Amino acid sequence: MDNKEILHKVEEVFRDVLDNEEITLAENTTANDIEEWDSLTHVELVRAVEKAFGIRFTSAEILSWKNVGEMVASVARYKA
Amino acid sequence: MVLAALLITGLGGCTTWDNFNKAFINPPEEIRETIKIAVLEPLTGADAKAAADEVAGIELAHEMFPTVLGKDVELVFYDTKSDMEELKEAAEKLTSEDVSLVLGCYGNAMTIAAGDILRQHFMPAIAITCTNPLITRTNPFYSRVCYIDLYEAEYNQVEHKLMDPDSELYAFGAEYVVLFQSTHKLGERHSMLDAAAQETLADERLAFIEAVCSNPRLADKKVICFNYPEIDDAVFGSYADKVVSSFTFQVRKLNYGLMTLAQRTSNLYVCDIAALQNKVGRDVMFLPNVYTSTEMVLSVDVLPAVAARVLDIICALRGNIKKCLILDLDNTLWGGVVGDDGWERLQLGHGLGIGKAFTEFQMWVKKLRQRGIIICVCSKNDEDKAREPFEKHPEMVLRMDDIAVFMANWETKVDNIRAIQKVLNIGFDSMVFVDDNPFERAMVRENIAGIEVPEMPEDPAEWLEYLYGLNLFETASYSGADAERTQQYQAEAQRVTLAKSFDSEVDFLRSLDMKATVSGFTPYNTPRVAQLSQRSNQFNLRTVRYTEADVAALAADDKAVDLSFTLEDRFGDNGLVAVVVMKPMDEESLFVETWLMSCRVLKRGMEDFTLNTMVDAAKVRGYKRIVGEYIPTAKNGMVADHYRRMGFTATTDSRWVLEMESYRQHDCCIETKQ
Repeated sequence: MDNKEILHKVEEVFRDVLDNEEITLAENTTANDIEEWDSLTHVELVRAVEKAFGIRFTSAEILSWKNVGEMVASVARYKA
Repeated sequence: MVLAALLITGLGGCTTWDNFNKAFINPPEEIRETIKIAVLEPLTGADAKAAADEVAGIELAHEMFPTVLGKDVELVFYDTKSDMEELKEAAEKLTSEDVSLVLGCYGNAMTIAAGDILRQHFMPAIAITCTNPLITRTNPFYSRVCYIDLYEAEYNQVEHKLMDPDSELYAFGAEYVVLFQSTHKLGERHSMLDAAAQETLADERLAFIEAVCSNPRLADKKVICFNYPEIDDAVFGSYADKVVSSFTFQVRKLNYGLMTLAQRTSNLYVCDIAALQNKVGRDVMFLPNVYTSTEMVLSVDVLPAVAARVLDIICALRGNIKKCLILDLDNTLWGGVVGDDGWERLQLGHGLGIGKAFTEFQMWVKKLRQRGIIICVCSKNDEDKAREPFEKHPEMVLRMDDIAVFMANWETKVDNIRAIQKVLNIGFDSMVFVDDNPFERAMVRENIAGIEVPEMPEDPAEWLEYLYGLNLFETASYSGADAERTQQYQAEAQRVTLAKSFDSEVDFLRSLDMKATVSGFTPYNTPRVAQLSQRSNQFNLRTVRYTEADVAALAADDKAVDLSFTLEDRFGDNGLVAVVVMKPMDEESLFVETWLMSCRVLKRGMEDFTLNTMVDAAKVRGYKRIVGEYIPTAKNGMVADHYRRMGFTATTDSRWVLEMESYRQHDCCIETKQ
């Protein structure tokens, strides 16, 4: 699974969790770009992404992300 | 976006797109009558963006339900421009126009201000997202649909907010204070203590919680305290049970101590999330990676279940409880079909088929009955066949005397449940119906609004664990009298049969040999009075709910006139059946803060007996009149006209008054028992 495919699947998770079909994600998307993305929905998103890919992030990874691209890169590490 | 633009150009008048469309693009063939609903919202100004969701919700509802009673609904928009003066102008304007109802407006302060104007014009209104109780408390024309008004302490500020007498917590004046301190924080504290101090950690925490509950500023509030889900730190292994200073020992001691503290502290309720962890497991309850990166001590997945446990308690405290369990028989209470298999071959007990699952289910039902839940049967069967297992099968746990109302016939379950409701006289929303058959469940669910119908797993072996997880029977009180409830309803069924054999109602009532006792609030009846105030919905004039602490405070208040009534007759003792609380308004007038009665004793003349007693009590204290008030709820319509029926006169401020000088004792067939 390449980063593009992962991004696409992450985007679906975001749309589902945040209940907004108009969300489009790019590598440089941050929480500032998406209104519904706050501290609580962030935790929901992390869990939903974990479930969607059947993985478990480390706490350091969760804290390290600066944008969606870095989250995708973390997923890629498990799915390589 | 398009929607918002349309709304803004349509200000001040104002037609919606629907009406524009009808008027200019697709004119209707016939003119239909239209109901106009005002939407009073900030369409422009500072609040417009935040209120857009509210407006969109109204638009969506309108799109889904564009007609009511066959008439078209038209939304008419009034812009408050996020400004108090503009708001008042808009509210005045709409009352002079042809609208029937107001939706809005955004913001508590704005809504209270709008309410003052709308009330003067008797204009009904519904606030969409407002949470401030003041909007509705003094304004009978305003309704709210959003009920929780929440104050949240900042992160890690629990003790500070509780200890500081000037904190926002106390200024906020919440009815319920939810106290959640995590096992993690407890563990941190434990790790910083020496072994001697570790031994008193639980006691120290309990003293803190006790101090919180006894704070006079929380005395009339309810404190809902989470208990502590265990973390086995494996420092001692199982040997921790032998070591007082171990974390395991202290957590368990704390949880046990919370239970005993709650038993002697009437404003303390424990929210048992340790039980929730037992059900879902530690690894579902808690996610270490999320905790470490966010400090969340509960996993996202378990949050809805934790919230449900809190709401279960609050709902129960507000009288929203299940009182009755209605059971199907074949393949629900036993394995097999009694009409086909015969009672001897039913699967029950440890010998036959999956009989154990049904026996254990019955044991659970029996415990609910002992707790005071009314058990009824509703089955498609011949009645004599259906009774046989209860009377003859040695491994039946439930017997006929456990069942308050037994309906076995070939009518539909919907009809039979309605018949059960008539005997019990309780709301459908306080009933639970358990049936193995998905068709019957769907039928009951669709036809009886409010009844709880659990979607039972296909395998009866799964039932108990599934039902445990639903926590259907949360309660806010328990007294020994609960256990007698089944007998009371069985006696009621006998009375119904006897009543049919008399020509006149008076003859029937006389034959019952009714005797009532009257007393103030005492330590003995305090839990019963509190409980009746929480359970009574229908015959309840003002629906004031009292906790045991509230009842004790009334008992200690010299000025309050408290009356409690029990009633017995030849079929048995009904226990506590009526409660009255009157408080002085001035030297001559007593106000009826509470008048409630159990629906078990309707149509027995108990209300006349009660009023006679109230008048006597008021006269003895030198009062000249009694003033009553009816506060409508969804359920107390039966007493809407109560005060008129009892001879009170309506006053201009929609209360009711009884001048006692001209009062003649009402006739009734109830004697006072000395």
